[in-house]
Amino acid sequence: MAVGVWEPDEGGCGTVGMNLAERILARAAGRDQVAAGEFVMAEVDLALLHDIFAAQVFDLLREVGVDRVSDPDRTVVVIDHLVPAPSTAAAELHQKIREHVARLGIGAFYDAGRGICHQLLPEQGHIRPGELVVGTDSHTTTYGALGAGGTGIGTSDMVYALATGRLWFRVPETIRFEMTGQLMSGVSWKDVILHLAGRFGSDGAQYRAMEFAGPAVAGADMSSRLTVSNMALEMGAKFGLFAADEVTDAYLRDHGGAGTEPFQPDPDATYEAVHEIALSDLEPQVALPHEVDRVSPVVEVEGITINQAFIGSCTNGRIEDLRAAAEVLAGKHIADGVRLLVAPASQAVLGEALETGVAASLVEAGASILAPGCGPCFGGHGGLLAPGERCIGTHNRNFIGRMGSAQAEIYLASPATVAASALTGHITDPRHLEAPDGR
Amino acid sequence: MADDILKGRAWRLDHDISTDVLSPGAYAVDPVEVRKLHVLESVVPEFASEVRPGDMIVAGRNFGCGSSRETAAENLRALGVTCIVAESLSRLFMRNAIAVGLPALVCRDAHAAFTQGDEIQVHPGEGRIINVSSGLELEADPLPEEMCRILAAGGILAMLKGQGVA
Repeated sequence: MAVGVWEPDEGGCGTVGMNLAERILARAAGRDQVAAGEFVMAEVDLALLHDIFAAQVFDLLREVGVDRVSDPDRTVVVIDHLVPAPSTAAAELHQKIREHVARLGIGAFYDAGRGICHQLLPEQGHIRPGELVVGTDSHTTTYGALGAGGTGIGTSDMVYALATGRLWFRVPETIRFEMTGQLMSGVSWKDVILHLAGRFGSDGAQYRAMEFAGPAVAGADMSSRLTVSNMALEMGAKFGLFAADEVTDAYLRDHGGAGTEPFQPDPDATYEAVHEIALSDLEPQVALPHEVDRVSPVVEVEGITINQAFIGSCTNGRIEDLRAAAEVLAGKHIADGVRLLVAPASQAVLGEALETGVAASLVEAGASILAPGCGPCFGGHGGLLAPGERCIGTHNRNFIGRMGSAQAEIYLASPATVAASALTGHITDPRHLEAPDGR
Repeated sequence: MADDILKGRAWRLDHDISTDVLSPGAYAVDPVEVRKLHVLESVVPEFASEVRPGDMIVAGRNFGCGSSRETAAENLRALGVTCIVAESLSRLFMRNAIAVGLPALVCRDAHAAFTQGDEIQVHPGEGRIINVSSGLELEADPLPEEMCRILAAGGILAMLKGQGVA
């Protein structure tokens, strides 16, 4: 696999401008120029596997007669889905993964409890702007927040990528979203991406890259960008990209990296479509059962009773998300009949929540803190629903049957909306709660 | 495989059929013999018991949306499904279907042109779809050469073995 940081291209002489997706795939394919619609064989910079698929991939690798990974230092394995092991079968699966990891000499291995892969890879400094990252998880698009071409692949494709260090890609068309204005208090970038899903549909970016740009993006912190890129996948996107800027540079330096040069699309890049999105009037949003693109302003569905509230996942389990929830919950208690589950996205997030008093505010308000991991979000374990129950959560999917019973309902919203709803016992716009200090 | 003409019975499915219903998370790490019994159980409970080898799926928009789990495609193949035709396909599902050697075609008009149980004929290589019951002939987006090559090899792992990477 290709190693080394991306180097900015000085020229542009005689070439047509490229957008971010094209720049990423051109570099990975060792080409000066690629254009949407082309197929390329690209060098993979980083490969991610998590516990649902890792053992199977490594078994298959052996079956096809390879039994090594092309670059053990650029292969990351994370045990995050079945954590802590909810069954003997899961424990055995983890045991197998540990054996494979040791045998193959894989450099970066995060065992059960360290956190969710899409939190850990940026947090632990594995993601660099301009690089191509594949993962056996659909939400690998998350790394677009740092300007990396992150995208999900299946197990067979991962076997191919690990064996050869390469994989075929179609260069996607790109839709650019020019974000303007400023978010109102009580509104977050989760509301922005839910709004986009509602407006453009769950296949609104099918086979395409989404490029998030415009003046409002400069004001979005890395946590918010990670949320947006994460859910770009829910619109069908192959990549959900932000150009690397000062925010990216500062984040990389804070997370053990060397910082980055700006990584921008060429000024004369071409796009399939450019949409201007004005953020100033946006209200808190909620996705209604059972599709991510059935989106409504929270005010229009206030009053629907809930049984469970969930704060966590690779979408919204960072310290900024826990803090936003704690600010709503501080000094209050959740409603009778509501279960509030909080799963920090990583051990580091949990540590910071403990140090800063955020965890105490959550627990005093009645929250159960779960081990960092994916359990409730993918309906694996830890917070499943009975028939007729409703859950509002900060995660990324509300498909039928995802969190247990097919007769249960899942609503998706921001951490502030989920916290406000846990307090009242029904879906609640966080702006409609009285602030504890009377503000 | 891309050159074969496939003949069978159509299962007409709705829009937005997700990987969560094609391969429920609760059975994520079970063997395919178990997983295939739960395909579509939350939306078409009779599917797994009534589907026959040779059957094909004719679906609406955004078929296979959701997760990267290849088991969504693998489960269908294990039940004997030979082809997916949809108004639109999730990128990941399409990629995975091709990777496991299951042809998956995009045809904007197919969903409206079929009813449950219609007899269907598909030529994946040419992108030709026929509703034998009604006589209607439709055109799908042709599969790119790269995907046809993987299908012809019987999937990407078979192709890898054939290349002798080891």
